[in-house]
Amino acid sequence: MSPILEVKDLETSYGHVNVLAGVSFSVEQGETYAMVGESGSGKTTVIRAIAGLAPAQAGSVKFDGQEIRGMSEKNLRPLRKDIAMMFQDPTGSLSPRLTIRNLITEPYKIQGMKDRDLDAEAKRLLELVNLPSHFANRYPYQLSGGQARRVGVARALALEPKLILADEPTAGPDVSVQGELLNLLNDLRERLGLSMVIITHNLNVVRHVSDRMGILYLGRLVEEGTTEAIFEAPRHPYTNCLLSANPEPDPDARLERIALKGEPPSLIKRPSGCEFRDRCPVASDICTQVPSLEVTDGHAVRCLTPLHL
Amino acid sequence: MTEKLLEIDDLSVDYETARGDLKALRNITFDVNKSEIVGIVGESGCGKSTLISAILRLIAPNTRFRSGEVRFKGEDLLTASERKIRDLRGDDISIVFQDPMQTHNPVISIGQQMVDIQHRSKANKAEKRATAAKMLGAVGIPDPEARLSQFPHEFSGGMRQRIAIAMALMSEPDLLIADEPTTALDATLEVQIIERLKDLQRDFGCAILFISHHLGVIAELCDRVVVMYAGAVVESGTVREIFHHPKHPYTRRLIECDPGHIKERARVLPTIPGEVPDLANLPTGCIFRDRCDQAFERCAEVPPLTRLSDGQNAACWLNHAEEPA
Repeated sequence: MSPILEVKDLETSYGHVNVLAGVSFSVEQGETYAMVGESGSGKTTVIRAIAGLAPAQAGSVKFDGQEIRGMSEKNLRPLRKDIAMMFQDPTGSLSPRLTIRNLITEPYKIQGMKDRDLDAEAKRLLELVNLPSHFANRYPYQLSGGQARRVGVARALALEPKLILADEPTAGPDVSVQGELLNLLNDLRERLGLSMVIITHNLNVVRHVSDRMGILYLGRLVEEGTTEAIFEAPRHPYTNCLLSANPEPDPDARLERIALKGEPPSLIKRPSGCEFRDRCPVASDICTQVPSLEVTDGHAVRCLTPLHL
Repeated sequence: MTEKLLEIDDLSVDYETARGDLKALRNITFDVNKSEIVGIVGESGCGKSTLISAILRLIAPNTRFRSGEVRFKGEDLLTASERKIRDLRGDDISIVFQDPMQTHNPVISIGQQMVDIQHRSKANKAEKRATAAKMLGAVGIPDPEARLSQFPHEFSGGMRQRIAIAMALMSEPDLLIADEPTTALDATLEVQIIERLKDLQRDFGCAILFISHHLGVIAELCDRVVVMYAGAVVESGTVREIFHHPKHPYTRRLIECDPGHIKERARVLPTIPGEVPDLANLPTGCIFRDRCDQAFERCAEVPPLTRLSDGQNAACWLNHAEEPA
C-alpha cells in the first residue's frame, strides 16, 4: 500500500533563513508519526508547509499519491477536508464569538455542504470527543483548557479527514488532561483508522501515541525510526540528550543526565560540518565533515559517530 | 535548627463576582523555612496564582481576604502598610514569572533594565552595570559585558528566563517565588533552568517557592511539596513522602497520571475522571469527593489537614480509619 503522506526533500526559507533544509518522511495509512524537536527546530513549519499554510520552495508533498506542494488555494480547498489541522493553542484557535455548535460545524459551511443537518452533526461530533451535547450552545470562554482541546479535536474530525496534523496536542498544562487527550486520539485512531502527524517536544507523550518518530534539528531530520527502537537505543547523541533531559516524577531517580551544552545555533549562521557538533558530548575531529542520513535496519541517523550501532 | 521564613496560616481568599463569592483559597496553611525549596503542585484552577498574588499583595480589586495571615519573618503582610510591602517586593521577596517572552520591556536594553531595578542601591552607574554583568554571568549568559547593550528580542527564550532569574536574584532576596518558570520552555532548557536554580539557591541561600504542574521538575528540585486542589491544600510533606507514600487520593492519582511515570508504552493512560468543582458554588464535604474512587460516608464532612508524621500532612478521612467516627 502506498503511504497516505509522502514528504520528500521539503525546503522552506523565510528570506535568507533556511528553516527546513530538506525534510523527508512518510506516513502509512493508520499510522501515527511523531515529529520531535526543540523550539526553532522547524517542526511546526513542517506541518504548516504540508497543509499549505507555510511556503515550501522545494521538494515534494504527496498526499494519497497526489502532489500538493505549490497547489493553488482553489485546488487545495477540496483536499482540506481530508487533511485536518489541530492547532497548538486550544482556546486561541477558537473564535470567541462563535458557539461551540458553530465552531465545529463551520467546516461543513466552508466546504459548501449545505445539505447537512448541522445540529445532528454537532451532536455526533461532541459525542465523539466525549462532551455532553448541551455544550453546543456554549462559548469558548465557558470551557476549560481540556474541553477546548476536545472541541479542537471535534472540529478537526468534522469532515472525516484521512490525515490529522496536530501541533503540540498536549501542550495544555495539566497532566490528567494530557492523558485524557492521548486516550481520545488513540481511540479515534483505532475507530476511524486515522493517520496522524503529531508535533511535540514532550517525549513522555511520544512514547504512548506514536508508531514511528523523527527527530528534527535545525530543519533536518537527524534520526528516524520506530518509537520503540529510538527509546530503546537512540543512535544520535542529540536524541540521547533529549531522552535524558526528561525530569522524572521520582525524587530518588538519580538520572544519568547527559548535559546538552548551550542553545540551538542560529539558522542564519548554520555551523559547518555536523551542525550538532558544538553541543555534542561525543563530538570528535571527524565531525567537521557533513554527515548524511544513513539507514540501518529501518533506523536512520545523521551522525558520523552514532551510538548503539 | 530551621527558621521559618514564610508562614501561610489559615489563609482564605474570595473573589467577589456577579455569580457570588468565588472561594479561590480556603484555609491554606503551610510554611517555607529559610533556604528551603518548597514546591506547589496543582492543576489549573487550584489557586496557585491567587496564592502568589496574596503573598505579594498584588491583588485584583474584587479580592477579599476572609481569614488568615501571611507572615514573612514573623510579620503579617496582609495588614502591613503599603509602604512596607513595597519595600519588601523585589528586595526581600522577588518573583520570576511564567512567560519569559513577556517579562522584559522590549524597547529597553537588558543592561539598562538591570541597572534600573537597582534603584534602591547607592552605587554609581558603572558599579550597577558591573553588578548586572556579574549576575548575567552567574546565570550562564556568555560574554555578559557585551550582551548588556542588547535588547530582549536578541536573546532566546531560555536565555530570557535566565535573565529574569538573574534580575530576581540581584537584590539577594530571602524568598524567590518562581511561578511555572519552565513551562514555556523545552525539556532541555527546563533542565538547564532547574540546575541553575539549584546552584543559585546554594550560592545565595535564598528560599524558593516553586510553583509548577510538572511533577518531574518538582521531584527533582524541591525539599518539600504542597499539593493543592480546587483552592485547598490536600497534602503537604517532604518530597520523598509525597512521591513515594502519597496519603491523599488526589496526590496518588496525579502521580499515576503523569505520562513520565509510565515507562511501558501504554495505549490507555490513567486519567482523573470528572471536572474541578465550581468554586462559586462549592460542593459540601471533601472537595475531591466527586472524583475520588475511595470516597465513603464520612467524606460528606470536610476533612481537616492533619499531621500524619513529622514529614507529612494530609486532608483525607482515609487516614483516620482507626479512629472512632
